Amino acid sequence: MLTAGEQSKTNTWEPRIVAFFCNWCTYTAADLAGVSRLRHAPNARIIRVMCSGRVDPQFILDAFSKGADGVLLGGCHPGDCHYMEGNYKALRRMRLLKRMLKDMGIEEHRFRLEWISASEGERIKTVINEMTEQVRTLGPLGLPKKFEEWDTEMEVLERTVNGKEEAVHA
Amino acid sequence: MHNYEQKEAVRIGFYICHCGHNIASIVDVKAVAEYVKSLPGVVVSCEYKYMCSDPGQELIQKDIHEHSLNRIIVASCSPLLHEHTFRTAVEKGGLNPYYFQMVNIREDVSWVHTDAKAATEKSKDLARAAVQRVFHHKALETKHVKIHPDVLIVGGGIAGIHAALTLANSGKKVFLVERQPTIGGHMAMFDKTFPTLDCAACILTPKMSQVKNHPNITLWTYSEVTKVDGYVGNYKITIKRKPRYINEELCVGCMDCIEKCVYKEGKTPDEFNVGLSKRKPVYIPFPQATPQIVLIDPEACIEFKSGRCKKTCVEACDRKAIDFNQKEEMKEIEVGTIILATGYHTFDAKRVPFYGYGKYPNVYTSLEVERLVNASGPTGGELILRDGRHPKTVGIIHCVGSRDKNTNRWCSRTCCMYSLKLAHLLKEHTEAEVYNFYIDIRAAGKSYEEFYDKLLDENVHFIRGRVAEVSDWAVRSSEEGKLIIRAEDTMIGIVRRIPVDMVVLAVGMEPQSDSQDVRRLFNISCSTEGFFLERHPKLAPVDTFTDGIFIAGACQGPKDIPDSVAQAGAAAAQALTLIDTGEIELEPNTAFVVQDDCSGCRTCLTICPYNAISRDEAKQKAFINEALCKGCGTCVAACPSGAIKQNLFEDEMIFSEINGLLENTPVVCC
Repeated sequence: MLTAGEQSKTNTWEPRIVAFFCNWCTYTAADLAGVSRLRHAPNARIIRVMCSGRVDPQFILDAFSKGADGVLLGGCHPGDCHYMEGNYKALRRMRLLKRMLKDMGIEEHRFRLEWISASEGERIKTVINEMTEQVRTLGPLGLPKKFEEWDTEMEVLERTVNGKEEAVHA
Repeated sequence: MHNYEQKEAVRIGFYICHCGHNIASIVDVKAVAEYVKSLPGVVVSCEYKYMCSDPGQELIQKDIHEHSLNRIIVASCSPLLHEHTFRTAVEKGGLNPYYFQMVNIREDVSWVHTDAKAATEKSKDLARAAVQRVFHHKALETKHVKIHPDVLIVGGGIAGIHAALTLANSGKKVFLVERQPTIGGHMAMFDKTFPTLDCAACILTPKMSQVKNHPNITLWTYSEVTKVDGYVGNYKITIKRKPRYINEELCVGCMDCIEKCVYKEGKTPDEFNVGLSKRKPVYIPFPQATPQIVLIDPEACIEFKSGRCKKTCVEACDRKAIDFNQKEEMKEIEVGTIILATGYHTFDAKRVPFYGYGKYPNVYTSLEVERLVNASGPTGGELILRDGRHPKTVGIIHCVGSRDKNTNRWCSRTCCMYSLKLAHLLKEHTEAEVYNFYIDIRAAGKSYEEFYDKLLDENVHFIRGRVAEVSDWAVRSSEEGKLIIRAEDTMIGIVRRIPVDMVVLAVGMEPQSDSQDVRRLFNISCSTEGFFLERHPKLAPVDTFTDGIFIAGACQGPKDIPDSVAQAGAAAAQALTLIDTGEIELEPNTAFVVQDDCSGCRTCLTICPYNAISRDEAKQKAFINEALCKGCGTCVAACPSGAIKQNLFEDEMIFSEINGLLENTPVVCC
């Protein structure tokens, strides 16, 4: 894996992963990974929410559209949710979202839902490392850039159409 | 991007903590502070060695006044550790505490990354996310809930007993629930305690009877918690009281019924003596059992099995206390705080078959030996082996089910010391040669090392090395009829064969087999091994992540008696703090419905696990009962109209965090 130092030298791209972690299990597990000094890839940035059930699929789409190359959602194991069943709600939503992402041409491995309990610091390390490598293999998603290109295309198209219309009227 | 209405200009103070070298050795804190200074809205951006220290907190307060700051961000450790500290500091500075946001750059950055540049970049991203987030923060009112003064304690071992007495003596009402028919736990089974060698029963039984007689303690033995509802300060607990088939009010513990039972001899393995003796269907676990009430085991009793018993026990009972029709009873209580002291169970020695437990009769577990050497044990304290012999040589194998990759990796902490104690007691009872096979002797504790020295003086043999196997395979005539312990003696570098008459396996301590069920019942977490997880390993060792629930004793991790008692006292003190404060602050992270935006579609109604959402049929709008809402935010994510908002986690806050994290993403060509 290239470190960021090497990255700046070679100016290569590094995967960017946005991680939504629930306060009670997965965020606590990340704390445990920290306390246990379980070194892992620096590519994930965590957003803490109270429950994985709080995560609106829009958050994930928004993250992709703003430039994330991967999104990770972490919650308590089934049956262990601090709020009884929020993680089941998350699971149902994310199953649907996965299908949508596929239709949008966003590769499967760019989005991951993981159950990580408060005691599984080791799992944080494994999941983040694994996902970083998977996303690295997939390469950048680059949606903001694509949006720009699409916008330009639309403008060009509009101009072309308008130009033709003007020609007809003339 | 901040194109929303703002009543007053946002003025952010950003503080990045070195945490000594913890953060500053990896993250270039200076660079992060410089960078944040350039972000919109930031008025003050600085670094400090220890933000959580008094000067650090005062720095924030001073800046709030001097620079009229109205948002504070601290980039330091996990919010689970210090969010409260900083919120309080901000409040003291005259600002609403919920204008504060914390950035975790220790647990999530400096402790887990080695690349300084990447860690610094990540810290900048996280800081930027927080800067954008705080624009949306609002002043919120902290909610307070009243604490019901009664306490539930689950588990009547030494930890539960000590916590119960501490609380009861301070005038609080305590419900002590124990699954077994008697309190006392493992300690009641022990013979002597290390390192003082005072008799366990002599120091425990007075406390047991104090519990029984204390006016503030309601003792429910042979009972289990089946349901836990509510939240800190207001728990509703359902307790199942299993039938003893004895009227507790009437029984005086005379034990005439036991004597008159149609069984002349017991036929059921006696749980208290770890199966080393037999008990009758009507029995009392041990003479000092508390409460002093007999019980009938329906699995063993003829009346239950066939209905054709002569019922001599009923005739024998003057007080007519026997009631074959007794049914289990459900009790409902309300408490404000809960202490879990559910204890441990010992490692099953059959999981290491090469030590011969269950195969060779003279291989014992340490708990069995506790009963064997006990004057009230199955042999009256005389050390008679299962084959009737008296041992002349004994081998004690340490670390059985501890410090072993194949079973349990942790050190059970008590085995070295109790093995030394058993070595002493065995020598005292039998004058046998005693061999200890150990990996390391861990005698860390007051007077523990001195006890080890004493044992060395008593000519107990110590062989440093892990035992490979116990067998009866004699190769020399001197080994005939003996158990042969094969172990490496790492001190002299050879493999030794030691023939002995008796093997004692120093079994380790494990979480209770149903600790996962108990954890779910009380909505707390377990650590990797299955012991209950404390809120912080150092600073909150008896708290859990669920407010109002505390843990004490070996359910939190292997512990000896003094440590269990100390922890029980700490748990009691924590409960007392809550009770005497009378109320607790709750996170104001509840959800609310923006009435104008609600379409009345009912999506949220079914999704709320707490039934906190109702629908006003007249207005055709949903309404959230704040008192019932626990703040998970599931309804917020589900609302198709975006009409539900969650305090502290509003959509705008999260979207701005996402934006902040990714704003700096280099545009790449694909």
